Amino acid sequence: MSAIDLSGPSAARKIKDKVALVLVCVAFALALIPLVTVLWTVVKNGLKRFDVEFFTHSMNAIGGRDAGGGAYHAIIGTIEQVGLASVIAIPIGVLTAVYLVEYGGGGRLARVVTFFVDVMTGVPSIVAGLFIFAFWLKLLGFEYMGFAGSMSLSILMMPTVVRAAEEMLKLVPNDLREASFALGVPRWRTICFVVLPTAFTGIITGVMLAVARVMGETAPLLVTVFVTTAINNDPFKGPQMSLPLFIWDQAQLPQQVAIDRAWTGALTLILFIMLLNLAARLIARLRKPVSR
Amino acid sequence: MTSETLEQGATGALGGKARKMSTGRLGDRLFGLSAKGSGIVLLAIMAAIAVFLIVKALPALQSDKANFITSQEWNPDASPARFGIAQLAFGTVLSSVLALIIATPIAIGIALFIAFYAPRRLADGLGYVVDLLAAVPSIVYGLWGLQFFVPKMNHVADFLHGHASWIPLFGGDAVGGRCLLTAGIVLAIMILPIISSISREIFLQVPRPNVEAALALGATRWEVIRMAVLPFGRSGMISASMLGLGRALGETIAVALVLGSAAGISLHILKPGGNTFAANIANTFGMAGPNGQSALIASGLVLFVITLLVNMAARAVVARRKEFV
Repeated sequence: MSAIDLSGPSAARKIKDKVALVLVCVAFALALIPLVTVLWTVVKNGLKRFDVEFFTHSMNAIGGRDAGGGAYHAIIGTIEQVGLASVIAIPIGVLTAVYLVEYGGGGRLARVVTFFVDVMTGVPSIVAGLFIFAFWLKLLGFEYMGFAGSMSLSILMMPTVVRAAEEMLKLVPNDLREASFALGVPRWRTICFVVLPTAFTGIITGVMLAVARVMGETAPLLVTVFVTTAINNDPFKGPQMSLPLFIWDQAQLPQQVAIDRAWTGALTLILFIMLLNLAARLIARLRKPVSR
Repeated sequence: MTSETLEQGATGALGGKARKMSTGRLGDRLFGLSAKGSGIVLLAIMAAIAVFLIVKALPALQSDKANFITSQEWNPDASPARFGIAQLAFGTVLSSVLALIIATPIAIGIALFIAFYAPRRLADGLGYVVDLLAAVPSIVYGLWGLQFFVPKMNHVADFLHGHASWIPLFGGDAVGGRCLLTAGIVLAIMILPIISSISREIFLQVPRPNVEAALALGATRWEVIRMAVLPFGRSGMISASMLGLGRALGETIAVALVLGSAAGISLHILKPGGNTFAANIANTFGMAGPNGQSALIASGLVLFVITLLVNMAARAVVARRKEFV
């Protein structure tokens, strides 16, 4: 004779619950393994060459098996190329978001744009590079240059910027717009001086994350900018090195000195990206966008 | 969805006549036009990508003496040019599917952990930690994969080959670390954050009453997840993993660094070699002649179409879900 135990779930159900708990925790732990080992190996190996020479010298006249050399030329290139990409992508991205939120109003064009912004997020980076190669280098006949890389990076940045700006503009309370309209302020001034400033910090955060994302892109630069060992300060003329390409170039050499340089390049790149990420989070925390 | 309700709020308040309201001033018209123009520029870029890839791919496709779809060779600069995408397509699909099989359960586990198991105060921080995986650039994964992970995978490959070679996937004559399985695992790491962050967002949208109803029936935590959370989030999880698949298909540099360059189609995922669309472009573009570049653009076009289809399908799943909820 057995009485039904009503004090709690049956043993089988409890075991299932515990198994699920363990599996879920294991999943999280599994994700930490690559994160920790990536950061650990990059820091450990990168510190070997994290010296003054690395940041003040280029690879000019330094062969793969020679020690020394640095990534000065690559850092210059990355900053210029990503900067130019931002100059192209941010206005277009923010204006598109303004159109979608303030003007589009769920119309046909707005829906099509929204859809293709989503699709654009999924364009493989190498395809963006091939497009610029086909258009800028082949059709228009320009040579390899940093600016070509910037254009391909800007294609990858645009959808991210649009998404971020759109989300932030939607958070701006309508009361603000209406108050401004009621005062007789034209629409464009309302947008420029009321809506955008309100959403400003949020947009900046999104933009910085987008910049951080394209900073590590290698594939499009590979087909549009090309590799060089010398310092080239002019992004509109000739091949220009960038940090991702520097790592790509050095990592494929068999010599340990080259691999060490690649690791330090990776450490530098990750530091840049982490700084941008941290700054973005700080800005986001300093002034949260007004919400209803 | 928060963004959705907000959007409805914005259009609701500004909808109808207010939308069209314009003072007709020059500044207004200029600003409105430039905003609209930016949207159109975006569309034009997407169209231009398709058009230019097609135009630049055509010369190579016409010169191709082998079957572009079924041939396994890649000699576009030889005369006569002979190349086909069979091997590239195979490697791309197999490595991405492997990545998806590995990443999806883990990513959903992570999302569940952060949404339901982790202490509330830690949840945001843990989410940020997983997002950090997405912040690491692919070139760094490539370097890590080549220098750190491949040597480790050499042992794993030997072990699997030694103990489980009766499974066809693990068979083959020679095994090594620079194989499709390694590429698949590296890709899985790279798509984890996308799948888990989208799934987490979906899980957080599960209606509170559903969860409470399950709890009221005396469900354990796992039963709540199985009865209330997973059915609600199914289409969201599907579209999340398809977005991850799209990312994996197009990933270039990490795969290019990790894979060895032996050619051929083989289901033995431990065999060194294999190639993908993107990795092939990255590895051979610098040395390619004019026809070779054109052929690589043709392969890039195929990749573009495949990722486009996968992404559109993912969006369609999301859109359908919106109608039902």
